[in-house]
Amino acid sequence: MQHVHVITPGLFTTVQDLGRVGYQRFGVPVAGVFDTVSAQVANWLVGNKGDAAVLEITFAGPTLRTEVTLQAAITGGQLQATLDGKPVPMWQSFTWQAGQTLAIGNITAGARAYLAVSGEGWQVPVVMDSRSTYVRAAIGGLEGRQLQAGDQLPVSSEHPPYTHRYLPQAFWPIVADEICLRFVPGPQTDHFEPDAVEKLCASTYTVSQASDRMGLRLQGPSIVPLKPDIISDAIALGSMQVPRDGQPIVMGPDRQTTGGYPKIGTVITADIVRLAQARPGTKITWQAVTVAEAQELAKAYVDQLYRMQQVINKEIAGRSFQVQIGDKVLHSFVERLH
Amino acid sequence: MSSPRIVPVGDAAILVEFGQDIDPAIQAQVAALAQILEEARHPVIREWVPTYRSIMIHYYPSLAPYEGLAAWLHDRIQMARGQQAVSRRRVTIPVLYGGEMGPDLDAVAAHTKLSPDEIIALHQEPDYLVYMLGFLPGFPYLGGLDPRLVTPRLATPRTQVPAGSVGIADAQTGIYPLTSPGGWQLIGRTPVKLFDPEREEPFLLAAGDILRFRAIDQNEYDSIAAAVAAGTYEFTAIEPDYQAGS
Repeated sequence: MQHVHVITPGLFTTVQDLGRVGYQRFGVPVAGVFDTVSAQVANWLVGNKGDAAVLEITFAGPTLRTEVTLQAAITGGQLQATLDGKPVPMWQSFTWQAGQTLAIGNITAGARAYLAVSGEGWQVPVVMDSRSTYVRAAIGGLEGRQLQAGDQLPVSSEHPPYTHRYLPQAFWPIVADEICLRFVPGPQTDHFEPDAVEKLCASTYTVSQASDRMGLRLQGPSIVPLKPDIISDAIALGSMQVPRDGQPIVMGPDRQTTGGYPKIGTVITADIVRLAQARPGTKITWQAVTVAEAQELAKAYVDQLYRMQQVINKEIAGRSFQVQIGDKVLHSFVERLH
Repeated sequence: MSSPRIVPVGDAAILVEFGQDIDPAIQAQVAALAQILEEARHPVIREWVPTYRSIMIHYYPSLAPYEGLAAWLHDRIQMARGQQAVSRRRVTIPVLYGGEMGPDLDAVAAHTKLSPDEIIALHQEPDYLVYMLGFLPGFPYLGGLDPRLVTPRLATPRTQVPAGSVGIADAQTGIYPLTSPGGWQLIGRTPVKLFDPEREEPFLLAAGDILRFRAIDQNEYDSIAAAVAAGTYEFTAIEPDYQAGS
């Protein structure tokens, strides 16, 4: 085992994989990366499996020095990073030579970024089938907490030879200051006024400062529940629980497993990545969809993810084009047919 | 017994709701479905979370349409009707009551107008039902506290409650699986670890278990604590054959 040294930790940087599945019934939150697309892409770029452990960076990135030559990739919210002072691009692999310092700056669009390293990622111990950090109970990751200056992150000492891999810009997720999230109403819409879902869909909410991986707290028109409590039941990722003050909280990967607030709806799988990149001040509007529509969108989302993996691995050949219309630049990727 | 309510929770979870009350008979239906899911090992189901009166099933939305999975669940629940009651495990938790380990025992005595000895006796009396685990990893929500022991939470929560603390909050009693802040009135402590991520079975309790408390003295507490620390403690008080659901 070799190490990467943490010189500065960034604002809130944790080791995460795709989460701790199977332990919610014992009261253990799933945790795991919030933006599962960016994290898996980062892993594929360095030749890992999608579920290898990455660093999840929040708003301000860490500065790290490696003692072993690695392949690395940075994805997610927009940021500037340098390797011994020279800029390194996002969404592609690069060689991080032994002794070099990688300085990851502030995220200027979006909220979270991901750093993957070759050799199947950060080799912290597996706790209950996962390397994900759950800070509130100090489970997983590096000693169950966010990174600190002076930490040493374990990495494999075996690394494959460098292969340049990149994701064409046409596939990069678009991070916007205003997003529309689609949701399936329920399961406790009967705890609200009959027009509550309509009211929600006609309103704009703002992500508050008090948001974190547990949940995004929103500010906007109050949707006050008629019956403020339910007998505690389980909580899904993306569920919108509404406490007495009528301000929805959209639940994230560190959500508690059970809770007693009524839930007016649940954000669809395909839109969780946009939720993950929402930051304080992001404006959110809502669109109600049926479960059948949401599942069609989930299928398209999984297909697109698979396509991104194939493009990264050059199993799909094609060319990228840039089209400028006025001051807008559009990116497209055209597949070559066999 | 009416049919359960089966509803989508987004596109990746299903809620099966058996009622709107905290009731051992409803929990038995929850436990029966959990048993069905355990045995069926349906390939699109990621995991399930039993709670007081419902069970949430998390699944892969791109692999199974909601309607199909809901119909499958409905059929399985119907098929299981009238079959033998769910088997529940019995677990006994040793507790050293009062003193340093239970700093609020006197406050509970003052509130309930019972003597500390009466409180200790009444707390050991019931078969508690573990309705669900939540709030903290391994934290059991127990039903069955003697109404005479009902005591409100502390006005000011403690910043640190030691792992193993046994407390009362309103009509509930529970055990802290790990050291955390908390406002429960602490009446004792168990040397047994409810949660140990290093253990092969990290959790001692599961939803649906029947739990009893057993008073121990300082000597037994120390010997159990030493065995737990050495990793040699064998939890022998689990009997799997208790029939519930009647």
